[in-house]
Amino acid sequence: MSFIELKDVSYKYPYTKDFALKDVNCSFEKGKFYGIIGENGGGKTTLCNLIRGLIPHFYLGKLTGECKIEGKDIRDWDTAELSSKIGYVFQNPFTQISGIKSTVFEEVAIGLENLGVPKDEMIERVMKVCEQLDIGHLIKNNPNNLSGGQRQRVAFASIIAMDTDTLVIDEPTSQLDPEGTENVFKIIESLKHSNKTIILVEHKIDLIAQFCDEILVMENGSVAFSGPTHEVLTKRELFEHKASIPEVSKFGLAMEDAGKPLSAIPITIEEAYELIKERG
Amino acid sequence: MIEIKNASFKYPNDFVALEKIDLTIKEGEKVAIVGQNGAGKTTCVKMMNGLNKPFEGDVIVDGVNTKDVTIATIARKVGYVFQNPDEQIFNSTARKEIEFMPRYYKLSEEEVRQRVDHAVEICDIGKYLDTNPYEIPYPIRKFVAIAAVIASKPKYIILDEPTAGQDLHGTQVLGRLVDTLTNEGMTVITITHDMEFAINNFDRIIAMAHKNIICDGTARDIFWNEEVIKEAKIKKPAIGELAKRLGLDGRILFCDELVDKL
Repeated sequence: MSFIELKDVSYKYPYTKDFALKDVNCSFEKGKFYGIIGENGGGKTTLCNLIRGLIPHFYLGKLTGECKIEGKDIRDWDTAELSSKIGYVFQNPFTQISGIKSTVFEEVAIGLENLGVPKDEMIERVMKVCEQLDIGHLIKNNPNNLSGGQRQRVAFASIIAMDTDTLVIDEPTSQLDPEGTENVFKIIESLKHSNKTIILVEHKIDLIAQFCDEILVMENGSVAFSGPTHEVLTKRELFEHKASIPEVSKFGLAMEDAGKPLSAIPITIEEAYELIKERG
Repeated sequence: MIEIKNASFKYPNDFVALEKIDLTIKEGEKVAIVGQNGAGKTTCVKMMNGLNKPFEGDVIVDGVNTKDVTIATIARKVGYVFQNPDEQIFNSTARKEIEFMPRYYKLSEEEVRQRVDHAVEICDIGKYLDTNPYEIPYPIRKFVAIAAVIASKPKYIILDEPTAGQDLHGTQVLGRLVDTLTNEGMTVITITHDMEFAINNFDRIIAMAHKNIICDGTARDIFWNEEVIKEAKIKKPAIGELAKRLGLDGRILFCDELVDKL
């Protein structure tokens, strides 16, 4: 059975005319790495808010259909209990950082402190994630004085420190440079290897192609495409839908259009390289 | 013309963020600044509009030294769009935010309206005009911040990380906006981590590392220089990387070039 299952889910935020989610059907299995892509305003963040229980517990509005986490309806979950199962990294690090803690160390420890984790264990876990995210040298700094990229890593660290089974991550790299971005993806991948379920909203399609097991493409509140990464990203309709696809996939399609097709459409540089070599 | 001459900058805690920078940006140029987080990119552009003043060296905007005038004077010429729109936006609707500077300049109603319409059109935010900026999704809120600066009609506009969080449509709007503004005579300077955005829309790219500029040239000069890529911790665009692995010559960066070559 899927760990998270949505059936015919529609949702409308309070005081809005349009539904943010329309008849969404999808499911998420344990231990997989999912990428959610698609246009802004397409419903990606709303879907995250639902899985995380912010809808319907924090955002009221109108929710229909069925959303089950571990077989239990989202409406019946206690949000505190759910938050120990599903961690959520917000889109905007400027929003997530509490603003009430005066050092990075305390900020990263905030969730563990609330859970009442013993002090020694808390220090150990915080130090470990800070090293992992390359913010170890910043632990004594004030979070409010950090650069955009540094804040984003602090926000991410405070959620990883919680060590939840599932992580819902909304654009964790929007403020990061290419190296920082790749590091975050590597950390996310290592979390997957420790059998965590990852649901990641991200625009950086080249990295989605490289790391995700499955993809959901959201469009206008619905799931327009879903399935294994390679299968979804190589659909010509997706490109024609004006969704972003990897540069090398565009290249594969352009080769077809030029009458010199490769034997498949690549989604990563490695794959494109192999396909060109194979052709000779 | 913006001239940065042998300028160094340090923050109040004595942290030196830039060391002896030299840079000249001419009118009508499209310039992208790339480099690692913490390389000094934002610190550098904030010198151009007078928000940061160098402790040694000079920054001269159209012949005026930023040390000799107030920030407000320089800001009329050099508009800066913050990385985070929430540091910039303070009005209760997008329209009021965009009208703010034209009204502050006491322009006629007609002129205010024209400027707002123009900025709204090129930022593609027409349907959000009467919405509270904080009810507008973050990526679109960034366009409200951009429109507000465009409406103030600076001679130079600085866009700090405009593509962060944008989808394909948003990135395309930004690309068109860069062209429209430069065609109208504005100089556009951007800071970006999005290498595809940089190569597709900017003629001149500046790579920063270690508190300084390490390379200043075309996309090919930057992205086919392995030393620069390594030092600035940037990434070769995917098509360039593929061409490199295939051992092709011609400093290829774009899809059509690679298709032609094979």
